Amino acid sequence: MQPDFQEVWVYLSASPLTALTVTLIAYLTGDWLYQRSGRQPILNPVLIAVVLITFGLTVTGIDYWTYFEGAQFVHFLLGPATVALAIPVAKLLKSMRGGFTALFTALACGSVTAAVSAVVIADLLDASTQTVMSLAPKSVTTPIAMGISERIGGLPSLTAVCVIMTGVIGAILGPYVLNAARITSWDARGFAMGVAAHGIGTARAIQINKDAGAFASLAVGLNGLATAALIPLFWAIWQWWSGS
Amino acid sequence: MLVALTQLLACQLVGEIIARAFDLAIPGPVIGMGLLLAILLYRKQVPQTLDDTANGILAHLSLLFVPAGVGVVAHLAILGNEWQAILGSLIGSTVVTVLVTGWVLQRMHRRQRDAA
Repeated sequence: MQPDFQEVWVYLSASPLTALTVTLIAYLTGDWLYQRSGRQPILNPVLIAVVLITFGLTVTGIDYWTYFEGAQFVHFLLGPATVALAIPVAKLLKSMRGGFTALFTALACGSVTAAVSAVVIADLLDASTQTVMSLAPKSVTTPIAMGISERIGGLPSLTAVCVIMTGVIGAILGPYVLNAARITSWDARGFAMGVAAHGIGTARAIQINKDAGAFASLAVGLNGLATAALIPLFWAIWQWWSGS
Repeated sequence: MLVALTQLLACQLVGEIIARAFDLAIPGPVIGMGLLLAILLYRKQVPQTLDDTANGILAHLSLLFVPAGVGVVAHLAILGNEWQAILGSLIGSTVVTVLVTGWVLQRMHRRQRDAA
């Protein structure tokens, strides 16, 4: 009997099983290349996985939302992972004796810089208003950024892409920038990576140094809270300003 | 492991309920994180199972971003038209943010150490 490849293909292209397996294989391939290269920042596992899957979808003609329907089980874990950030943060806060003023000052400066510089540069380069708004929350972790984007008139799914790109850019360039600026302490390096490049920057910081990882986790949590409060406020002021 | 996972999900669930009930701009998982943080700071120790489970999830944190990242295919038109602005903004802003945050923290820590 001739196997019915058509039917097999119809099943595979719509099954969550395929999307999940492909996502894990693509990520493991990315991670393998990254480890094999001696952890070259440019071979970021997320970047490789996204490129591989994007290429696969384009070639097979499967649309993104069909893929996402299966891969959303992985995506869903971002929620509990965000909650889990409380654990390294709690351990760090318990072991800290003071130094909170410095942390909160750095957080405030970083949080405002991230949003304002993204908006200003995009506006100077003639991006559309929707794109500018989608870029504003790019430095915070995906679920938070998508929520903010929706609130201020951005495109949440475009924001998600920009957030991932920010994380990859931060993970690649961050360590070089920190070296060039002679920022040597692990707490400052980790915290900067977390504020600028959320979970992907943190994932890289965790691999480099445990202290840097803890400070990066702290930064992701705090920056999520700060940005979720700050951007809608700035946006309301700007609306009021341009309206009158 | 199962208990710890349930605790994480329960915190997220309570967070989502609070966010929706009061129509907050802060997403549910972040409120859940705040909640768990408050509980952990109140208790003397972080339970070992919770610590292990969190380490397990966070060790593969970057995998969780892949499905959203593939969303790039759904936005090829916008990205094609505005790629200079988007890439310029992302790279410029990320570099500046790393610099500003790291520099402020290191400088303030040094000053505190000198004062002490």
